[in-house]
Amino acid sequence: MGNRATGQASLWSLFTSFVRIGMAAFGGGLAAWTRREIVEERGWLDDRQFLSGYALSQLIPGATNVNLAVFIGAQMRGLAGAVACFLGLTAPPVLLTLVIGYFYLHSQSHATGAWVSPVLAGMGAVAIGLSLGTGVRLGRHIRGMIPIAVTTIVSLSIGVFDYSLVHVLLVMMPLSLVLAWATRSR
Amino acid sequence: MTTVLIRLMLLFGGLSMLAFGGGSGVLPDMQRASVDHYHWLTNKEFLDMFAISRAQPGPGSLIVVLIGLKAAGLTGAMLSFAAMFAPPSVLVFAVARFWHRAAATAWRQVVERALAPVAVGLTFASGLALMRQTEHGLVPWGVSAISAALFSFTNINPLLLLAGGAAVLLLAGT
Repeated sequence: MGNRATGQASLWSLFTSFVRIGMAAFGGGLAAWTRREIVEERGWLDDRQFLSGYALSQLIPGATNVNLAVFIGAQMRGLAGAVACFLGLTAPPVLLTLVIGYFYLHSQSHATGAWVSPVLAGMGAVAIGLSLGTGVRLGRHIRGMIPIAVTTIVSLSIGVFDYSLVHVLLVMMPLSLVLAWATRSR
Repeated sequence: MTTVLIRLMLLFGGLSMLAFGGGSGVLPDMQRASVDHYHWLTNKEFLDMFAISRAQPGPGSLIVVLIGLKAAGLTGAMLSFAAMFAPPSVLVFAVARFWHRAAATAWRQVVERALAPVAVGLTFASGLALMRQTEHGLVPWGVSAISAALFSFTNINPLLLLAGGAAVLLLAGT
């Protein structure tokens, strides 16, 4: 799975990277943007490190991508790194939300432009594509019958058959751990 | 006012630790508490705020900023944000430090190998679930499929894809 990325990162570059990630991800696809910036552009983490961070961020309650930002910052630069990534990802959208919220609450009609909805729908459709595309890119590292079976079951049970994330993880995480332990290289 | 602030903090602080799998799971509870129980806002306002926060870059749970703003002004907005995001972040930080210290251990290698296929599955699942939740006509479906293919196999800038997707749906007039 390639060398362990051991990139050095300044607090400022962590902050600005997550500002870029946050602002780029209009309409969704945050995980796609995070992987692109952190793994491909900056080389701070490799795909395996990114994947475990992403999975841990899902296991912990809270917004997955904010969790992932804190996780990456903590891995790179400890507490200060975690704060830098957290603020980078959340501060711009919070400010933007406050500004829009102010105008929304102070406008009489509470109307939103009619052109907004197809634009949002289009970006939403692309964001879905980005999510699936990130799965394809990350999935290249999944080799062997057992991991492919685990990936398929998780994808379909949540994505198609509507099982709850918590239930699927409660079953699939222990199963995947046992299988990884049983097939470990000695 | 202080009562409202305390209620905001307790509501979102509590929900933050229940928000497994992102945060959309606690939205119904948020709606019930802020509309039906505390009467901070109307149902229409909640739905508008949901749309506004979904259109933002950044996590969808930023709706708490808008609820806080309506309920108790700027202080309410900032307090709601802190209550919703601080508890999980502290937890992630603790896990990340523990993870970092375990870098060279055999068990972390095993856990990483176990997490990888689950994480890839979750990535596909989020795309598939979104596809099913939104009313996906033929045109958006095509846009999703084409952008998935382009993003998988070329180095195209995703911003181009987003602009293209928005343009296609504007022209299609949906």
